[in-house]
Amino acid sequence: MDAMLRELSYAQAIQEAMAIAMEADERVFLMGEDIGVYGGAFQVTGDLVERFGADRVMDTPISELGGAGVAVGAAMTGLRPIFEFQFSDFATLALEQIVNQAAKMRFMLGGEVSVPLVMRFPAGSGTGAAAQHSQSLEAWLGHVPGLKVIQPATPYDAKGMLLAAIADPDPVMIFEHKLLYKMKGPVPEGYYTVPIGKADIRREGRDLTVVATSIMVHKALEAAQALEAEGIDIEVVDLRTVRPMDKRTIIDSVKKTSRLLCVYEAVKTLGVGAEVSAMIAESEAFDFLDAPIVRLGGAETPIPYNPELEKATVPQVPDIVAAARDLVKGVR
Amino acid sequence: MARKAVMEKAVSTNLPFAYRHYDAGQLKEVLRKMYLIRRFEEGAEDCYMRGLIHGTMHLSIGQEASAMGICMPLAEDDQITSTHRGHGHCIAKGAEVGKMFAEFFGKTTGYCKGRGGSMHIADVAKGNLGANGIVAGGIPIAVGAALSAKRLKTGKVVVSFFGDGANNEGAFHEALNMASIWKLPVVFVCENNGYGMSTSTDRSTAVRNIADRAAAYAMPGIIVNGNIFSDVAEASHAAVERARAGEGPTLIESKTYRYRGHSKSDRNRYRTKEEIEDWMSNRDPIALFEAELKEFGIIDGEGIEAVREVVRQEIAEAIEFAKASPSPDIRDLQDYVYTELA
Ligand SMILES: Cc1ncc(C[n+]2csc(CCOP(=O)(O)OP(=O)(O)O)c2C)c(N)n1
Ligand SMILES: [Mg+2]
Repeated sequence: MDAMLRELSYAQAIQEAMAIAMEADERVFLMGEDIGVYGGAFQVTGDLVERFGADRVMDTPISELGGAGVAVGAAMTGLRPIFEFQFSDFATLALEQIVNQAAKMRFMLGGEVSVPLVMRFPAGSGTGAAAQHSQSLEAWLGHVPGLKVIQPATPYDAKGMLLAAIADPDPVMIFEHKLLYKMKGPVPEGYYTVPIGKADIRREGRDLTVVATSIMVHKALEAAQALEAEGIDIEVVDLRTVRPMDKRTIIDSVKKTSRLLCVYEAVKTLGVGAEVSAMIAESEAFDFLDAPIVRLGGAETPIPYNPELEKATVPQVPDIVAAARDLVKGVR
Repeated sequence: MARKAVMEKAVSTNLPFAYRHYDAGQLKEVLRKMYLIRRFEEGAEDCYMRGLIHGTMHLSIGQEASAMGICMPLAEDDQITSTHRGHGHCIAKGAEVGKMFAEFFGKTTGYCKGRGGSMHIADVAKGNLGANGIVAGGIPIAVGAALSAKRLKTGKVVVSFFGDGANNEGAFHEALNMASIWKLPVVFVCENNGYGMSTSTDRSTAVRNIADRAAAYAMPGIIVNGNIFSDVAEASHAAVERARAGEGPTLIESKTYRYRGHSKSDRNRYRTKEEIEDWMSNRDPIALFEAELKEFGIIDGEGIEAVREVVRQEIAEAIEFAKASPSPDIRDLQDYVYTELA
């Protein structure tokens, strides 16, 4: 059997990465709420507690701020914690430790320590969990020098980028879209890494560059497929890393296609797409643009409970199709 | 509030608090509401299973006496903050089940106009400032509401419901301390159902009883059997009076149990079937209350059946109301993000 053909779900890929890292390195351990016998709110840690024991798959009390701080302290002093938040929304309870401590510790101490910490954040809408359980806060953390922020979009990347994050000497924040957990894709067995800070061209095209993040990569690919029939040829760039951003790949793509559409689920204003757009506007690619840059992001509202409203809050495939078509055809 | 004892034979004996303090009509109304909570949640669960309600929900089946007992001494304009497991609190504080179902169905006639769903169920007009998706999120908010009550001299008392898991959040500790130093009219009610999701209090909490935490904030810490309506009402009554008299906060730990899984994704791996069955068959709050009502001659089997029938009707009508209600218009997506200026 070809190892490359083996398919795992996104959640299984993450679990496998954690198991490989824990097997290889005694210092790696997991912390989080209900990650033991419960298996995690999204069953990502699953049965790892049976394999590695409760000392290395540590259930914490419901104490995000304290728990994050314990992880920071442990990371500074010889351990390699992987801290799971039940929902990325609860990062807000732990921001003090993430933003003031983890991100700046090495800097403030003049390089005397590192904080090799991984935090995992189940993110995004689409589950009917309403305003406090559906946000996409990657840009919040992406704003903080000292943190690395990634958004893997496929099972393959989820495993490889998590292994890269665990090996990284600095704090890495991983935003995992909840709707991706069940998505399956090819995942090689054993150890491999996917570099942090490298975007990936998922589909090559001539007419338009779509820079998408996380679940929007799949929606953009679907839109690209639909537009193929109309003779519109779209390049889809999976950003993968919010910070540090892979400017080169995007600039080169835009220079080739002369058009840029950013698609992301987070609230449009001040989101990742704003940064990508500004970066292109400041770059040599600006001169190549044939049309204004367009952003498709989340509506300027908290995520509503009602399913139709919820859907309307974030970009959907038809929205991407329409925006891409308009851009290529010069309709503004 | 009616205080006359209903039982002539009672006066001499040691009747439990509720039977001294509330009349037969009030007690029957408590029974009706306890059924209403249970049937509401069973109805919601059923609708969820049939795909009529999306998202997730946290059922408080097994905890009805706690919600009812705590809310019993509250006046209509007293306020509460609630939790993700908040349907019982909402009904106990006086909500209409039709508007609650409508909310679960995402309709404009729902308490939150379809924007909030189960986890944000509220009834501000009846003093329910809202369930909360954030564990412990409502605790400091209750303290703030109590600050308003004190400053504005409204005479209101505020109850903050939360679970055992919430007692390990910083917000809990900060809130209790402030309520105590400012002597605010608030009652903290920890509904200890033994687990925060899968984590038992033994594994999550350094002290044996959550009520032990009260000592650190110089307030009374009271433990009650949360499945006995009268005991809960008695503790709540004392705490509410103390708060209303300006003597400051109380922490009540109401020990209870949830029958259902934490939410819809629970495999129940952290507790045994025997444990669940033991609670269901030996300590069911509604069965215990019914038995007492019968024992004290307040209602008979026929009377109970009549109450049940009324509730069945009410639930069926509520679901129909919810189904028939309109969904929000997508063009109204931006509504309520900010206050509409006239
Ligand atoms: C700040 C925060 N952390 C974690 C969660 C996820 N979560 C929701 S309910 C819950 C358990 C709460 O336990 P408890 O306070 O005992 O209330 P119960 O569910 O038992 O009623 C958890 C961990 C959350 N909603 N908010
Ligand atoms: Mg609990």
